[in-house]
Amino acid sequence: MKIKRIGVAAIALAAAGALTLAGCSSSAPESTGAAGGGIITTNGSEPQNPLVPTNTNETGGGKILDAIFAGLVYYDAEGAPHNDVAESIETEDAQNYTIKLREGLTFTNGEPVNANSFVDAWNYGADTANGPQLSQYFFESIKGFSYDESVPELPGLVVVDDTTFTVELNQPESDFPLRLGYSAFYPLPASAFDDIEAFGNNPVGNGPYMLDGDGAWKHNERIDLTVNPDYDGPRAPKNDGLSIIFYASQDAAYADLQADNLDVLDAIPDSALATYEDEFGDRAVNQPAAIFQSFTIPGRLPHFDGEEGKLRRQALSLAIDRDEVTEVIFNGTRTPASDFTSPVIDGFSDSIPGSEVLDFDATKAKELWAQADAISPWDGTFQIAYNADGGHAGWVDAVTNQLKNNLGIDASGAPYPTFAEARTLITNRTIQTAFRSGWQADYPALFNFLGPLYGTGAGSNDGDYSNPEVDALLTQGLAETDLAAANEKFQAAQEILFQDLPAIPLWYSNVNGAWSTQVENVQFGWNSVPLYYEITKGE
Amino acid sequence: MTGYIVRRLLQAIPVLLGTTFLIYFMVFAMPGDPIVALFGDKTPPPQVIEALREKYHLDQPFIVQYFLFLGGIFRGDFGTSFSGEPVSEILVRTFPVTLQLAVIAVFFEMVFGIAVGLISGLRKGGIFDASALVVSLILISLPIFVIAFVCQWLFGIQLQWFRATVGAGAPIQDLILPAIVLATISFAQIVRLTRASVIDTDGQDFVRTAASKGLSRGRIVPVHILRNSLIPVVTYLAVDFGVLMVGATVTEGIFNVPGVGNTLYQAIIRGEGPTVVSFVTVMVLIYLVVNLLVDLLYAVLDPRIRYAK
Repeated sequence: MKIKRIGVAAIALAAAGALTLAGCSSSAPESTGAAGGGIITTNGSEPQNPLVPTNTNETGGGKILDAIFAGLVYYDAEGAPHNDVAESIETEDAQNYTIKLREGLTFTNGEPVNANSFVDAWNYGADTANGPQLSQYFFESIKGFSYDESVPELPGLVVVDDTTFTVELNQPESDFPLRLGYSAFYPLPASAFDDIEAFGNNPVGNGPYMLDGDGAWKHNERIDLTVNPDYDGPRAPKNDGLSIIFYASQDAAYADLQADNLDVLDAIPDSALATYEDEFGDRAVNQPAAIFQSFTIPGRLPHFDGEEGKLRRQALSLAIDRDEVTEVIFNGTRTPASDFTSPVIDGFSDSIPGSEVLDFDATKAKELWAQADAISPWDGTFQIAYNADGGHAGWVDAVTNQLKNNLGIDASGAPYPTFAEARTLITNRTIQTAFRSGWQADYPALFNFLGPLYGTGAGSNDGDYSNPEVDALLTQGLAETDLAAANEKFQAAQEILFQDLPAIPLWYSNVNGAWSTQVENVQFGWNSVPLYYEITKGE
Repeated sequence: MTGYIVRRLLQAIPVLLGTTFLIYFMVFAMPGDPIVALFGDKTPPPQVIEALREKYHLDQPFIVQYFLFLGGIFRGDFGTSFSGEPVSEILVRTFPVTLQLAVIAVFFEMVFGIAVGLISGLRKGGIFDASALVVSLILISLPIFVIAFVCQWLFGIQLQWFRATVGAGAPIQDLILPAIVLATISFAQIVRLTRASVIDTDGQDFVRTAASKGLSRGRIVPVHILRNSLIPVVTYLAVDFGVLMVGATVTEGIFNVPGVGNTLYQAIIRGEGPTVVSFVTVMVLIYLVVNLLVDLLYAVLDPRIRYAK
């Protein structure tokens, strides 16, 4: 009797266990070891959206789209565009473009890649009736685009024949061809529009890789890509495929790299930044990326407009020792800024007149601050707002300390708990201090770092900066059909920015990555993503 | 007995309503617009923000959002995440993984915790007892992320006994290391709980009576001492199972387990109300069911509880 009761207890416990385990049988164990053969494993993150090119604006999904789609152009490691699907992209006036495609290309489901593949995809992304698309703003410059009403077919896009279409923009924009390698401009097969959600889960592309069968995207875990045998473009893979493993934390990814479970890692966790270069030696990379970091001082803050504002902004900039902060706080994983763009962009210059304001000079800083005080005496605390969930406290404290010591003013950081909160205050213009700002380029062009941020009324001009001279130079630059001439105008615009300092440039983020002993030929592209197709893996 | 179970299940309804309401309110009250944050440092056109807010009902007052969510649940619709994936699918994908993890952890805690506690209690003051106390004290005082990182580095990277992170499909063999890490702290608690309880029971009259009747130690220990010592331990295990389901966040993050903790954390960061609340609802349900099971188990372990009902 007593034994029996113990038996019942055991059964009850076992039942509880079995009940829970039974619910688990759905996730059948699969092969666990690093994928064999020439399959490259790399880190990624769960895409935030179904893999529809026009609705993906984050790196997790972008990385996959770039592998499975081929656009009109692609970017090489230096960020220079080369034709991929495009045969030629021609313009006389930087406003009207004629785009010719290579013939005989197909999607992996056999559908042809033709002019309609591009025009229909772009129309889909631009039409507000299809719901808000995260990359909708890329189509703003095409003639006929509207946020306020549904435009199913943009009048600016015309199919001429199977392999030719034309694009008319609202105004001359010489960097339009540079944009065409961005995922928003990828083509879509006609079948995609039958059920775009389903397509987003099992996308059919025309790129160097394709999904390894239906359900290759295992949500929150990984996505397996295999080589697309029909792709004959310039990015032909030199390996057998790509497994992108989604990590919730960079630490987990780094642990896998150390254990040789992972081949390529393009983000080193903060905890390993000081040591990873020693550990991986010539298998580590630490080079500037297309990410510009700054803090923005809205002109509406007291003491920060007009002549007084200019003096104070320059004083603040001169009072910061960027070399020290990047070395001490970031272990050399940032590169001190020398302009408003990034060194990986074609046309970059580190010697724009006026850029001396980025050199540390405490004496001059004090002088300028005193001159500003003569116009109107400073009071209060200078604060830099940041989101506390993003690891910014270290450098904000260091920078505000330098301001405190070098200018003799009260300065401190103003943390907000979440990124969402900080961004909402910035977007609503309710923030009453300077704030952390940054820009990651969508496509490798100087204008992309300047136009959206400092043009009057531009989308991401969160400091509401406005200078007609800058606007004029930006417009002139866009109208140039010659890239070098355009870049000259953009550099001239930066000369003015160095005087006005709507944002104080701090540094460029570096790409920090490393790879295992099993792979070779790892190169990081302009957008900090390795050129996966170039990587080779020994057997 | 059936009436008791039904009563307990009915009690769960107000508990569920209350918790979902509270959680929904807390997610809603989180400062900042999650839609704005979707765009990183870039500022999207106001029309796009507006359209997205409408899509996720974020333009509605809190109470309307809550009832829309609740109504959806009754229709079996848990809403969609920002990534457009139905929350029900995320639940089906992640809960089994975390349940597996929790069950393995509870298994380790139970088997080793009770065994070590029993031996310690029976040999009070001995070398085994002393070392068990010291080890459990160390385990209790170490934060779980320290244990996790050390285990990952030692067994995953240096010795390579286990994979450093959980591989595709979250196979059982990959879950063992994170489960052991999860189990460590509760293991220490259970050792101490069992030990104290065993010492207490060992001194009771009925144990002496059994011994004087001439029963062998081999019969007294499992039947008389262990069974009576298990009641506080079982209570603890039940509570702990709930804590494991929720508290696996840190461990799941470190070992990249595609489970509840990880997903819930991401959802909270993104301010995805429906996802967070659906997850918590299911967690509360599991917690309630496990507690019910444990209460039923009591009756089996201790006849007095059974007859009192």
